[in-house]
Amino acid sequence: MKRTIMLGVMSALLFATFGFLPPAEGYQPGDRAMPFKYRNKQGQLVALRDNVSAKGYIIVFTCNTCPVAQAYEQRVLDLDKQFASKGFPVIAINPNDSGRSWGDSYEDMKERAIEKKYTFPYLVDANQELARTYGARHTPTVYVVQRQGNSFIVRFTGAIDNNMEDGSQATKKYVQDAVNALLENKPVAIPTTKAIGCSIKWKNG
Amino acid sequence: MIFFRKLWLCLLVIWAPACFAQQVRVIKFNQLSQLLSTRNDTTLIVNFWATWCKPCVEELPYFETLQARHARNKVKVVLVSLDFKSQLEKKVKPFLSKTGIRTPQVVLLDETDPGQWMEKVAPSWSGALPFTLFIHRKKGRKDYEKPFTLAELEAELRPYIK
Repeated sequence: MKRTIMLGVMSALLFATFGFLPPAEGYQPGDRAMPFKYRNKQGQLVALRDNVSAKGYIIVFTCNTCPVAQAYEQRVLDLDKQFASKGFPVIAINPNDSGRSWGDSYEDMKERAIEKKYTFPYLVDANQELARTYGARHTPTVYVVQRQGNSFIVRFTGAIDNNMEDGSQATKKYVQDAVNALLENKPVAIPTTKAIGCSIKWKNG
Repeated sequence: MIFFRKLWLCLLVIWAPACFAQQVRVIKFNQLSQLLSTRNDTTLIVNFWATWCKPCVEELPYFETLQARHARNKVKVVLVSLDFKSQLEKKVKPFLSKTGIRTPQVVLLDETDPGQWMEKVAPSWSGALPFTLFIHRKKGRKDYEKPFTLAELEAELRPYIK
């Protein structure tokens, strides 16, 4: 009898927890990242693991419209330039619902990618599943993932550096330091950071 | 003499909002944290926003209304702009005068590294804007990473001013 009462309380608690907490925390360093497919430069649809030269990826949730994302755009290009050849290419993902975020449609994204000469894929997260699963809540947010066989393990989440306005004034370059550590088979010294950004425009939200 | 003092006070009270209409104090985090540690029984509502954040801009007038309605209930609204300092004259001040935000106190937080201070404001804050704190010395502290309607703000405030 006691046990059934306990169970009753437990399930009520669980229900309450699930019912009232905000969305789950998302990925922490050490978590296995949900795989996805993207179109490469040759236009082929490939999975993360199919790119055999990739030791990992710098996954950036970003968008066209957020001024913080815009302030970081050149730095994202620089990261790809610096690390794609070393096995950590950038993949940019736009999670905003284009119905709610004017300027974030597929056409707008294509235009921006051409205009700013993106060297990396820029994907639409149409059902926002990636942003929700990874736990991105604002743009820009970065996840550095490292290959482990056919899966990818999250090694860093957070901001690119510690100066939103001016990268040249940044005293900590979180993503750069994280990828450099991974390339040297060292642990990432600062595996997670916080940053200000534009909240993702969720569907029906 | 007393009469003049009163007159002077009245004039000050009447003119204060107009005189100091769009004043925006640029502060560092230690000044902000002083502001957040309220010692009297005022309910402090602190809203983090930026001119580039659309939902923030949409809800800002509600904070203006809330402050105007509840000033005598010991409610103090502080709007903390997270715009870059370089945008103060170009964006922040023109925005405030255009939208007629004049009752709440407005400050601009001049900190470039969120990693240094966000955690101290609220560990649960992901960094998305808008972000709002309700702070009362006795009734505690609540934080919200979401935009509000005026009705929702009033509902949240109710237990604090009872």
